[in-house]
Formats: sequence, C-alpha cells, structure tokens
Amino acid sequence: MSDTSTTTLGRAEGRVAGHAAAEQAPARSKGYWSGVGSRLLRDPVAMLCAALLGLLLLAVIFAPYLPLADPFTGSMISRLKPLGTPGHLLGTDELGRDMLARLIYGGRLTLMLGLLPVIFAFVIGTGLGVVAGYVGGWLNTAIMRTVDVFFAFPSILLAIAISGALGAGIVNSLVSLTIVFVPPITRVAESVTASVRSLEYVDAARISGAHPLTVVRVHVLGNVMSPIFVYATSLTSVSMILAAGLSFLGLGVKPPEPEWGLMLNTLRTAIYINPVLAALPGAMIFLTSLCLNLLSDGLRSAMNIKD
Amino acid sequence: MTTSENSVARAAPGNVQAADRGGPAQPLVIARDLKRHFPVRKGIFNRKASAVRAVDGISFTVRKSETLGIVGESGCGKSTTARLLVGLIGLDEGDLIFDGEKLGEELSLNDLWSGVQMVFQDSYASLNPRLTIEETIAFGPKMRGVAAPEARRLAHELLERVGLAPARFAGRYPHELSGGQRQRVNIARSLAMKPRLIILDEAVSALDKSVEAQVLNLLRELKAEFDLTFVFISHDLNVVRYVSDRIMVMYLGEVVEIGPVDAIWNHRAHPYTQALFAAMPSMDPDNRTQVPPLAGDPPNPIDPPSGCRFHTRCGFAEPVCGTRKPRVVAVRGDAGHEAACHMLDGQSGHSKAGETGEVRKELGEV
Amino acid sequence: MSEATKGNLLDISNLTVRFHGERTVHAINGLDLTLKPGEILTILGESGSGKSVTLKALLKLLPKKRSEISGAMHVDGVDVLALKGQALSAYRGKTVSMIFQEPALALDPVYTIGDQIAEAVMRHEKVSRKEALAVALDMLKRVRIPSAESRLKNYPHEMSGGMRQRAMIALALACKPDLLLADEPTTALDATVQIQVLLLLRELQREFGMGIIFVTHDIGVAVEISDRIAVMYAGNVVEEGTVAEIIKDPRHPYTQGLLAANLHDADRSQTLASIPGSPPPLDEKPDHCSFAPRCAHARDRCYAALPPVHRPGPGRRVACILEDASDPAEKPGAMAEIH
Repeated sequence: MSDTSTTTLGRAEGRVAGHAAAEQAPARSKGYWSGVGSRLLRDPVAMLCAALLGLLLLAVIFAPYLPLADPFTGSMISRLKPLGTPGHLLGTDELGRDMLARLIYGGRLTLMLGLLPVIFAFVIGTGLGVVAGYVGGWLNTAIMRTVDVFFAFPSILLAIAISGALGAGIVNSLVSLTIVFVPPITRVAESVTASVRSLEYVDAARISGAHPLTVVRVHVLGNVMSPIFVYATSLTSVSMILAAGLSFLGLGVKPPEPEWGLMLNTLRTAIYINPVLAALPGAMIFLTSLCLNLLSDGLRSAMNIKD
Repeated sequence: MTTSENSVARAAPGNVQAADRGGPAQPLVIARDLKRHFPVRKGIFNRKASAVRAVDGISFTVRKSETLGIVGESGCGKSTTARLLVGLIGLDEGDLIFDGEKLGEELSLNDLWSGVQMVFQDSYASLNPRLTIEETIAFGPKMRGVAAPEARRLAHELLERVGLAPARFAGRYPHELSGGQRQRVNIARSLAMKPRLIILDEAVSALDKSVEAQVLNLLRELKAEFDLTFVFISHDLNVVRYVSDRIMVMYLGEVVEIGPVDAIWNHRAHPYTQALFAAMPSMDPDNRTQVPPLAGDPPNPIDPPSGCRFHTRCGFAEPVCGTRKPRVVAVRGDAGHEAACHMLDGQSGHSKAGETGEVRKELGEV
Repeated sequence: MSEATKGNLLDISNLTVRFHGERTVHAINGLDLTLKPGEILTILGESGSGKSVTLKALLKLLPKKRSEISGAMHVDGVDVLALKGQALSAYRGKTVSMIFQEPALALDPVYTIGDQIAEAVMRHEKVSRKEALAVALDMLKRVRIPSAESRLKNYPHEMSGGMRQRAMIALALACKPDLLLADEPTTALDATVQIQVLLLLRELQREFGMGIIFVTHDIGVAVEISDRIAVMYAGNVVEEGTVAEIIKDPRHPYTQGLLAANLHDADRSQTLASIPGSPPPLDEKPDHCSFAPRCAHARDRCYAALPPVHRPGPGRRVACILEDASDPAEKPGAMAEIH
C-alpha cells in the first residue's frame, strides 16, 4: 500500500518539477533500504522462503517451550517407528528417540554451524578485503596472494583438513568453517572496494581533507556492504551443508548431541528398514539450504547487484 | 532557475576562504615542469614494461580570478593535469606553487585542499548514492571542524544558491535527481569548502545542451560572487571559448599553445590548434566542412613520437620536426601567447620558420 | 499505402511506444516521420526525447515483454511491426542496419574484424567464405582504413576508437542496406576524429546511395551530416525542415532555445540564453504541449490540448500554436500580449 502512495507522490512531483518556479512541500524521499524492502516484499519466492526460514528459526529458538518429547531419551522397544506413529509424529530413530524433537533440537546446532562461521568470516573477510582494496599496493598483493593459496583447495577438503588437524568438536568446526569462508569473502570485498575506490565521490571526499578512516567509513563501507552481504548469505547454505558433512564424517558434533548431519550418519544403517525416516535429516538440510539460496537470490535482485 | 541573492555566510568558523597571501600579481598557481607517468605492468611479476606519459613536462600559470581553459583530445593529459592540480595523484617531477607556497614544502596536501576543489564529469559517480544531497554537501565542512547544524545550514544555503530549493532537494538521494541537478549539487559541494580555485573537469560535457547553458550561467555568477578562479577542462571549444580568459592547448602530455582566448581565436599559431579548431562542426549549412583537418586518431601516449609529438599528423612536418623538440616561443612578439612549433622559431631550421616567432630564452619560462 | 507515402524509403505513422516496468514511460507519442531514398535525416534531441527508442523500434530491438508498440512503420513498403522469424533476420542487416555510439561494445571482442564482416555477408548472401572475406577487405578499404589487409586480422581491441567506428560502419554497410540507422556514432570520438567519420559517412552515402537516419544531440554534427533535421522533444517531433530552414529560420521555441544554447559565437560578456527547467518525466501520456512548462511563450491554450501541427511548406512542419499567427483565423494580437 505504502508503495502505491509513494509512486503517486513521485508522479505529482515530476509534474511540478516541469513548472520551474513551483515550490513543493518538504518531501522526505525513499531511502535505499526501504526501496530494497519494498522490492523484496514483491518477490513471492523470496517471501515464501523467508517465511519458512522464520518458522524454522522460531521453532528452534523456542524448542524447550514446545510440547516435544525429550530428544535424548530413547526406548529400545519403539525403535525406528514409521512416520505417524501415535506420540511420535515423525517416528523414532535407531535408538527410539523422537524424530520431531531431534530434528528441531538438531536444527539449533546445524543452523548455528551454518550461520556463525559465515558471520565471523563476513567480519574478518570484509575487513581484510576493504583494506586490500582501498590501500592497494604491496598490502593488497600480500593479502590477496595469501588468500589465493586457500583457493587451491576445494572448500570441503579444506574444512576436513582443518577439522582433522584441530580435532572433532563444535568449536573446532566453527573455527575450520570460518577459515574456509574468509578467503572467498575477502576476494569479493576486495574487488567491490577497488571499484568503489575508483569512483569520483571517494576522490571528492579525499579532497575535503577527511581522514582516510572517515572516508572508508562514510563513503566506502556503506557502498560495498550490500554486495558482500548478499554473497555471504549465499554461503550460509554451503556452511550448513559443510557442517553437516563434518558431523557425518565424525569430525564435527559428537553423539548423542542431535545434529542433522550426524543424524543422517547414524540413520544411514536404517535405510533398508525405513528409508523415509533415514531421509528426513537430509530433507531438512536440503530444504533449509534451498530456502537460504533462494532468499539470497531475491535479496540480490532487490539490491540491484549486478552479476 | 532560481537565482536568489547570495546569502551564504562566509565567516563560518573554521570554514573561511583562505586569505590572499601573495597579492593580486602573484599567480594563484604556478605549475613548473609537471611530470606524471603511469607504469604499464606486464606479466605475473608486475614488471614495469613501459609507461603512459600522461603529463610530460608541462608548465603554466593560473592567474588570480581568471578562468584558464584546457583543451585537447583524449590522451592529451588534461584530466591527469586536473588531478595533479588538486593533489589527487602525486607528481613524479616538477613543482606546484599555490599562491607563492610550494606543495610539499610550505604547503601540505591538507592545506592545498582547503583552497582547491574539483567538480567531476560524471555527476552520478561523483555523488555517494547512500548519502542525501544535504549530507554530501555538509560532509566537507564537517571534516573541517564545522559543527553539524552549521554545516547543515550551509548546505541548505548553497543548495538555494545553485538553484535547488532545499525544502525539496536536501533530503533526496542522487538517483532521484536529473543530471543537471546532480551537477548543481557537485558545484554546491565544492563551494562548501570555500575554495579559491575550482578545477572543472569536463563538468558540463555530459549534460544536455539546454541544461549545459543553465549550468554555465550558474558558474559564471558564482565565479563573480565568490571571487573564484577556475581551471576549466573541456573538449568542447565553444564552451571553453565562452568561459575562459586564457586557453591552453595540450597534445600527448605536452602544452602546444597557451594564450588569451581572443589571441588564440584570431591567430592560431600551432598547426594542432588550427586542426582542432577546423574540426569543429561548421554550423553553416551552406559552408560545410569538406576536408577533414587531420587524418587518423591521436597516437597512443604510451610511446609518443620523438621530436615534436604532433609531427606524425602535421601537414607541415619536415625532418627537423621528427628529431628535435620545438622550443616554446612567443607568438607575434606577444609574451602572453606562446606556442611550441618549429615554424615559429627562427632558428629551428624549418623551411617556414621565423616568420612571426620570437625565441624565448628559457624553455617554460613564465 | 496511401498516395502520400509512395516513393518513401521509410514511413512511420502515429508510432507510439510505451514501456512498462516499475513505472510506465511514454517514450514515443504519435510520431510521424518519412525518409526518401538516399536522404540523410537527423533526429536531433536531448536525452529522453525518444530519438534512440525510435531507432530501436525500427529494428524491433525493444524488449518484447516490457514495451507496447502501436502505429505503423514501413521500410521499402514492408510492414516492420509484422516481421518475424526469417523475414526479420533478413530485414535486419540486409534492408536496415545500424551503427552505435560505442563500437567497442557493438563489435564482438573474440572475433577478428574480417571474420565479423564476412560472417554478416555470408548470413545474407549465398557466397563462400573466401568471397565474403574479399567483400570484407573491400569494405575496409571503402571506409578508408589504412593497410586494410592487415586490419582484417585485427581484433576490435587492437584498434583505436576512430578505426573501430570505421570498422563498425564497414560491418553495417557490408550487405548494402537501403537504410542505415546511426545512433550517436560520433559522440564518443575526439573532435578531429568525429569530423573524419562524418565526412566519411557523407561520402559513403553518395557511393552506396542508402538512406540514413542519424541520431544526435549535437546541432553542429546535424548540420555537417544531414539534408533534413527533425527536432524531437518528449517523444515527438516538434519541428522538421531542411538544415538551412532549421538553422536559419527556427520556428519552434525549443529549436530556438537549442540553437541559442549551442554557444557557437556566443557573446562572452553576456549571460547565455538558456531553456529553463528540464525535460518532462513522461510517465503520463502528454495531453498538452510537453514543452509548455519551459516555454517563454506558453499560455493557457498550450496546456489545454496538444499543439496543432503546421506544415508551412513541403517537408516542413512545426508543432506550436505560435504558428497559428500565420493563419488568418488567429488574431495577430494574441502573441504580443505574452511578451
């Protein structure tokens, strides 16, 4: 609704602008973010994905308050019950624990392992990339060549190698995934910063005598943040899959802690007995990462970021 | 266009136009033998393969309160000259003296920036898309220690002055403005720094003709009102002629001719200047151009021709032009009008030489 | 086809182009335009006047989903709007071709100049590759590219701006089109190169005999290149005439303003006569004179209805009520009151 009203206002203003002398009441114009918001609201796919992710996030955060079974207590009698079993809506796992509860509690760890490394890498990578892109010269060469070394390895291999070296565990998984994501974010940050650096408004700010840090804060960061941010959101799904992969290989979360990748691993043996049950954690990983990717696509077009 | 009377307070704390130091006779800018080469790197080791000789030893002065027009084609170094003058890029060689103070000695970059500002060609790229017009204009004064409310007030006054009603425009973002309006904002931003010299680098070139005339009129008013000195860079000779007191013609990183606008208009001494003027569309349907004054494109400044750099395209070229650099000589004995051509230099050995020229004793003497 | 359109190379009548998107733009509003064979017509206008959109509409290059086109366009008697498939590909390049402002973007960077021209020739004529390359060489010679043989094997990035534009012209003329569309082809060039390209186009027009529609914002360029000039504003022609008529006797206040703003021989001691304001945003279909808000002669009638189109002579038209004064019906005193 608010959208249509701004358009009419804009049109009215345009007409008045033609009459050169006409004065106009103060008009606060649409800011960048409200523009992005209104474009995103008009994207049905992105909105659906956002809604699903929101629902998952709510469920995961408020899991203790939901009427769920204890995800750690199993029963040897009711193992591998199929979907729709009374009391166990999504069945039970190989130790007879409630699948619904384990999937929701498992989402906590999986989402955390998906989001936190990307957030850390976003902060570190943006810092490195902006410094490299703005300062240039030998500092750029030093940072970017170091980053290039990491590109020699596929990200999954790198994650396994670092996790293997550090040992299993949640903290080590976080560290290894962060290390995996710093180089690509740095590279994106460096290239957008270098292109903004060459724009004339940065020159104009420099000849106002502002301190370089002020120039970066006011004129560079605001304009490089959104492409880096969009790129980072596209990495969360990768991070989640990598985290699940690490757990699957026994390098991440340890049993009996619920985590989607780990659950996929332990249920693997049940694939011939109850294949639907065994596929459930995988389906959750698939759906969540799909939603994250589609949302990041929607964000990208709402922010008008090219290529 | 609103042309309200000037009401901009010029005594804002920390934001006063720098005082005149050298007196009216002291040139505002003395540029002596400026050189700037850009290395062209090749291979994985960033080896310096060759250099673009963007500005290759140019000398000129800018007098107080005048407008110096710089013309030339792409690759002639006029934009590099602009960036050297505002200190956006450093000099390889040469001296810049601003009102008697040498940059890098008595004068720091920061001091330079309180006296020299620039208006860029691309009105869109020169405004931060995330800042409102008001924030953009107030940014500079704030960096100079002006309090935020005062900077805001100044921004509003300047918007009013450049013909944009603050009530309508102050809160807008650059993408909501037309090209002409954005260029007015750019002008307001440069004025907010209370400069004495404004470098206008193709500042009206991207505008529609009808809007260009409005902006030129505005610049003319502002120059008188704020006692500004302009260096006006353009490829459009008609525009340069209208705004300038003196014109400097550049070719491949060098100055080929400099002088008062009427002197050059009435007597184009250098063959390149003649060609440049002859290339202007005629505007007379009964007397259209029949023969192009020059063939081919300007050569690449990476590897400029030896001797006189224009000899490869010049209709009067003789062997001496390819071997020896021409000296700067006064045209028809007019000390204010100089050109670098062997034909004007009686001792050059060119068959057409010495008809009107008079040798200056020292190259680049000002 | 009516009587009047006979013998015309190009006939545009009542062309209307509307773009839909985040906002609707009425880019062209009832445009009428004709071109005789072998004629050079310049469409003169500022950004947003619809001059480039007209060219794109003629080549059917406008995005199908977002644009709404009505009216009629005939080239050589062929209904352009009805063209599709094979006929459209034959039309593009063979009947009509186009040169652009940025040859660096219009030429394919991964093929040599010779290959690109030969490819275009083979697409439209049944010739061998060898013959097509011979045509390419001939074309490069005709556009006066020095040492054409070696240039044939050059990639676009190996050429200077002026040479690239010549190569672009060679490519456009390789299949001897009847109509050449030129969209600001000299705007990005240096002055000394621009005049070379303009003179070259004039010579090539005499050699090949094609009609040219030349789009520019620069009156000086229009004078150098064209036989006739059509001045466009807000999606329609406001004035049309021969070059001499437009330059020496401009009737529409917009044309007069543009000429004054050209700065040719402008008095340096005087303030420039400029047109105030800026062009209209065109998000509504004009129902009155679009220039009225910027016009010194505007009066209530200008806002009441679209201006009448006066045709004081053959090929001459002015869309302005000021021309009414020459009609006996109009009281001559009406104009004086405004001044």
